[in-house]
Amino acid sequence: MIKIEKRNDVSRSIYFLTPILAIFLTLIGGGIIFYILGFNPIEALKFFFITPISDLYGLSELLVKATPLCLIAIGLSFCFKSNNWNIGAEGQLIFGGIVGGGVALLFYNHDGFYVLPIIILSGAIGGMLFAMIPAILKTYFNTNEILVSLMLVYVAKLLLDYLVVGPWSNPEGFNFPETRQFSESARMPILFDGLRIHAGIFITLITVFLSWLILYKTYLGFQIKVSGLSLKTAKYAGFKGKTMIIIVFMISGACAGLAGVGEITGPIGQLHRNISPDYGFTAIIVAFLGRLNPVGIIFASLIVALTYLGAETAQIFLQVPKYTGQVFQGMILFFLLGSDYLLFFKIKFLGLKKNEL
Amino acid sequence: MYKLFLRSLISVLFLLGFSLNANAEFKVGFVYVGPTGDHGWTYQHHEGRNAVEALGIKTTYVESVPEGADAERVIRQLAQSGHDLIFTTSFGYMDPTNKVAKDFPNVKFEHATGYKREHSNVSTYSARFYEGRTLLGHMAGKMTKTNTIGYIASFPIPEVIRGINAMTLAAQKVNPDIKTKIVWVFTWYDPGKESEAAQALIDQGADIIMQHTDSTAPVQVAEKAGVWSFGQASDMQRFAPKSILTSIIDDWAPYYVERSIAARDGTWKQQDTWHGLKEGMVAMAPYNSAMGSDLIKEVEQLQKDLASGKAHSFTGPIYDQKGNILVAEGSVADDGMLAGMNVYVKGVEGDIPQ
Repeated sequence: MIKIEKRNDVSRSIYFLTPILAIFLTLIGGGIIFYILGFNPIEALKFFFITPISDLYGLSELLVKATPLCLIAIGLSFCFKSNNWNIGAEGQLIFGGIVGGGVALLFYNHDGFYVLPIIILSGAIGGMLFAMIPAILKTYFNTNEILVSLMLVYVAKLLLDYLVVGPWSNPEGFNFPETRQFSESARMPILFDGLRIHAGIFITLITVFLSWLILYKTYLGFQIKVSGLSLKTAKYAGFKGKTMIIIVFMISGACAGLAGVGEITGPIGQLHRNISPDYGFTAIIVAFLGRLNPVGIIFASLIVALTYLGAETAQIFLQVPKYTGQVFQGMILFFLLGSDYLLFFKIKFLGLKKNEL
Repeated sequence: MYKLFLRSLISVLFLLGFSLNANAEFKVGFVYVGPTGDHGWTYQHHEGRNAVEALGIKTTYVESVPEGADAERVIRQLAQSGHDLIFTTSFGYMDPTNKVAKDFPNVKFEHATGYKREHSNVSTYSARFYEGRTLLGHMAGKMTKTNTIGYIASFPIPEVIRGINAMTLAAQKVNPDIKTKIVWVFTWYDPGKESEAAQALIDQGADIIMQHTDSTAPVQVAEKAGVWSFGQASDMQRFAPKSILTSIIDDWAPYYVERSIAARDGTWKQQDTWHGLKEGMVAMAPYNSAMGSDLIKEVEQLQKDLASGKAHSFTGPIYDQKGNILVAEGSVADDGMLAGMNVYVKGVEGDIPQ
């Protein structure tokens, strides 16, 4: 007989240590996989997790990759903490990119310090408005926000396709599905010569700080947390549920929109169909790996970003299949959820007793 | 803390040693947009890489590299880790390739299907796929009963429009009543979308299906529906053994071998390559015997003539959809016109998405 019991006394420190345990288990699991594939596991893990960040360029790339993940995950943490399942961050990112990119094209060949801030702001507003669609439908028409937000991802993707193929395509670009390269005034300033790390990282850090402030120091943050723990309690306490739902979606959408605009004004420099390699979906893993905690999310985004870089480096040096990166992301999540289960539930192995049968 | 410092010092030294070692050996890198097992575009580039590797030259590849912000990092890493020649095999790598090339003047770069050569160490290359389309058009014109050819198109770029036009012109030559119906799927690789498009075209009366996308889905749908089809990029015969008439094969191997040897021996020079049937960059898979030996002979002759230059895919008179003359009688379209082609010829239905 196996009996599963809920634990009542979960220690906070263990709760925040389990992600580290999950990463450790992933390393062991990854080593075993490399071994089975015929690679030296220590060497493979070294190429996967150490080589990519062993020089300045690698560190800068890690931050470039982690920046959008961190931003989106921070936004998502507001939704997830309050039991609102926004699965459509990818769509909000793309829509933010579309709006920001449109403004950037509007200011083509236009100089001025105000150009970039306007683009960034419009990208954030774009993402915010796009996220309000599932929020309003949920609050006023009782639709399921998971489905609506997910489906809107495809709407945003198709809209981007339409724009870069048609009206916004580069007039000198032979009809290739991409816009012009934005002017210098519309690009994120590069922090160091020769590296791609850009000013977007400051936006991310400010966002992290603000979100910590909102979540832990304001009445809104308190409402979000209570709603997440128990909707009934929240109602009983007289919180205005509808307003809160719309606000968390707005925050989440604005963050995703910022991530989108950061990508197109940062490393990409134009709009085309592939502005995001599914950052909006990967950020869901980041949010949970970081325990929906602003500081945790910073670390989680760095680790998940490293799995991308590692997969590339491991393929370059050892020709390990590229998809091992996704396997690692999957393993981290699997071990995290697995250890969570053991954290919250006690499994009791009971001997078979005759009188119990 | 001390240990950490020591450890990072060791890894830095190790890396340094590694890159010094790597510099000694000539290496070629490849960047792919899809997985090596797509049985289409990337698969063929991978075959080309295998041919280089068979010479005893060390090669490296990175697959499924998104055309967004990640491409630059991958290309730079290949350059940094001692690769002397790097092939970037998708249009979306054009700007990143040129950007990295600027920082690595001693590394040679080869970008497929692009038009920017901003630095002297960047070459571009592509294939005259339209010559293969001319052969498909000839077969399609002869084989169709409904006089309707279904064409699944990816993006309205000159390369794709050129293929549609070349096919339609060749089909009209043998069958003046031919109509080309087009579905734009706006993707290079999406088996689901490609199947739907193939089915839609068959429902509209097309009894020949061809595609300018990379998956094997269209030929499989055609096989099921009992209509003729053509493979794209690689020989797709085994996915539709009955209904496939032939495939246009992108054979990059000779080019990759030639350029790798040139780079190794120090004779590599910047160039813009556009090879076709003549050089073998475009090749045809075996013809389906269901066409009958007469038609096969005709097509084989046409293939020889295109290769020798006796025939040209775009020989005048060619008219656009409105009836304006594009190429005068007795002349052929020049490469400049082909490179920027953005109108349909007469006989193609619909408008180019703008």
